[in-house]
Amino acid sequence: MHADHSGRKEAREEGETARTLLSKSRQESAYAGGEPILEVRDLVKHYPLTQGILIKKQVGAVKAVDGVTFDLGAGETLGVVGESGCGKSTVARLLVHLEQPTAGSIRYKGEDITKLSGRALKAVRRNIQMVFQDPYTSLNPRMTVGDIIGEPYEIHPEVAPKGDRRRKVQDLLDVVGLNPEYINRYPHQFSGGQRQRIGIARGLALNPEIIVADEPVSALDVSVQAQVVNLLDRLQAEFKLSYVFIAHDLSIVRHISDRVGVMYLGRFVEIGTDAEIYDHPTHPYTQALLSAVPVPDPMAREFRERIILHGDVPSPANPPSGCRFRTRCWKAQERCELEVPLLAVPAAFRDTDTPARHDSACHFAEEKRVVPPEGTLEPVPGEGGQAEAADRAAEKADEAPAGTPPEAAPEAAPEAASDTAPEAPPEAPPAPPAGGGEEPPSGSSRVS
Amino acid sequence: MLLEVRDLHVEFHTRDGVVQAVNGVNYSVAEGETLAVLGESGSGKSVTAQAVMGILDMPPGKIPRGEILFKDRDLLTMKKEERRKIRGQEMAMIFQDALSSLNPVLTVGEQLGEMYVVHRGMSRKDAKARAVELMDRVRIPAAKERVGNYPHQFSGGMRQRIMIAMALALEPSLIIADEPTTALDVTVQAQVMDLLAELQRELNMGLILITHDLGVVADVADKIAVMYAGRIVETSPVHDIYKAPAHPYTKGLLASIPRLDQKGQELYAIKGLPPNLLHIPPGCAFNPRCPMAQDVCRTDVPPLYDVAEHRQSACHFWKETLDAR
Repeated sequence: MHADHSGRKEAREEGETARTLLSKSRQESAYAGGEPILEVRDLVKHYPLTQGILIKKQVGAVKAVDGVTFDLGAGETLGVVGESGCGKSTVARLLVHLEQPTAGSIRYKGEDITKLSGRALKAVRRNIQMVFQDPYTSLNPRMTVGDIIGEPYEIHPEVAPKGDRRRKVQDLLDVVGLNPEYINRYPHQFSGGQRQRIGIARGLALNPEIIVADEPVSALDVSVQAQVVNLLDRLQAEFKLSYVFIAHDLSIVRHISDRVGVMYLGRFVEIGTDAEIYDHPTHPYTQALLSAVPVPDPMAREFRERIILHGDVPSPANPPSGCRFRTRCWKAQERCELEVPLLAVPAAFRDTDTPARHDSACHFAEEKRVVPPEGTLEPVPGEGGQAEAADRAAEKADEAPAGTPPEAAPEAAPEAASDTAPEAPPEAPPAPPAGGGEEPPSGSSRVS
Repeated sequence: MLLEVRDLHVEFHTRDGVVQAVNGVNYSVAEGETLAVLGESGSGKSVTAQAVMGILDMPPGKIPRGEILFKDRDLLTMKKEERRKIRGQEMAMIFQDALSSLNPVLTVGEQLGEMYVVHRGMSRKDAKARAVELMDRVRIPAAKERVGNYPHQFSGGMRQRIMIAMALALEPSLIIADEPTTALDVTVQAQVMDLLAELQRELNMGLILITHDLGVVADVADKIAVMYAGRIVETSPVHDIYKAPAHPYTKGLLASIPRLDQKGQELYAIKGLPPNLLHIPPGCAFNPRCPMAQDVCRTDVPPLYDVAEHRQSACHFWKETLDAR
């Protein structure tokens, strides 16, 4: 199906080879415990809270990141999702060494970058680059696009000798789908989507191996988001990049990621392959998060069971003891207050061979499918091959696109089809903990 | 019909020229009905709403043509005082960014109570009691203690609840919510949308929900109006549009949502960028980005064709768009 998927003009221009590589790299990239390129262990970042004017006294700390552990495989995309304030952006800044961690280690190819400084740090930084969220504030308005994208070469002159830079920058503009003649324009002359492409070109300038993308499409218009997601996907295949992709849009994260980590209040609560997380979540927070995402299909109203969490995320300056999610969790019991759940395969699934067997930091982990299986809803017409066929036809100016033979809408993926057994979890929702009304409102209700 | 917008035009006179933000918009909302207005930034969805509320900055804004009928009375020809009475009492608006829409130097109690003092002539003390009731109603815990707090002391979700409370204070018959949950996290978004839907049912209000999120629309709307470059390009009951869009723009938006069975493939992307409102392309404004565009699209502005009962599409090739499934 992928072979006849070719043919859009910009795609042709931007990366003919990339697309053929795309499907291949997808199979290879599924990180199967090979050599990780980045190993993060027990990463902690506390921001001190001080009191006093002359004699500053530390009175506490905002525990933005509090023990994060994960691996990133070469060529892999790790998606990180979570609500605002959960620490996902701080993780991103720690990975590119914009912040010094309070504790923990980040090993890049076996070397702990948190301990590096000077020349060694500079060398490592070349290989880990960042794409920022807001394309409006992350580009200097007084620099031309050529200067912005070429600036990394000032710091790392070994990558491109002086005479060569202009051509390199133009190549980069071409790679991200911008006209190389725009090299002397200023950021304000571009739209949001184009600016994000400039930010991506800057990230690529030093041929990095890892790109940390912090909400790269959140600020863009819906119709432009897909363009940038496709670009990131293409670049990954072309340059064999590894991505840490941070976002709050769960459907985009699923599309682009090989593995997904869910963060809550400074910690990962669940991590696994995209299918494990989305189709077989075992942590209550993941389940609530997934069930809260509106499904772009009105049919889902009847199918869906929504878990509505009460209250807000507690302050990271004073996180709850034990499990941090317990104040909003409907399963919380005394054990959750006393004992910190570890991020590991829950005991219930340790000896099984189901997709529920993945790391989840919950004492009472239980599999529960909250996203309606794809097959139960009618497929949206007009995507994939058919829409592109029409697109292609339109580009040939004198052809009548109206006569484009409609191709059959792609069937649901086989994995989904085999999984469409109606999964109505009949067990009654556990009643919210009654009577424990001392803390912020806890518990949860369900709405169908 | 509670509200009927007819052939509304809004333009802004700027130094660079005339920005045609709204170019002939028609829509209607009945009591208890939810209309979702879907569009990207610059599509004119918010400007239309501001014109309905009468909070458009004029100048530079100007309404050269159109009617806004609220309970069969034209708001545009009404006297200022009359309109002010309707605003707040009969129709209210919920804004996207609650932090900047609330006054930071007044307590939320004062801001909620002000509605009663101004419109109902209540005493400050009575108004405060009503404010506590309102906060209870939008489920703010410990309302009695928190009525004296300032906006910054509340979380984002709470602030949006206060905005909702303020809009509901005088039990209006129409609520316009402009991206009410865009700034919120998904779990909080679910809480707020739920609350809004419940209160709407309870008070049988008409609701205009302005959003760019196809997911939120699918969740709550009865009917949809899709806007592009200041014009409505498609209107439809909610179920039909997701099943079979009749305009290539709607179709492109739906197709660009990542789907499970497309993982690992390129996403469908609408090519190009939304148009500059200073220079809207002649003919159909979507033609430079449209995969189906032909010569007629570059010259003739498509009218809203009747596609089916209660369904309209502003595309010369709506039949082909519908059929090409």
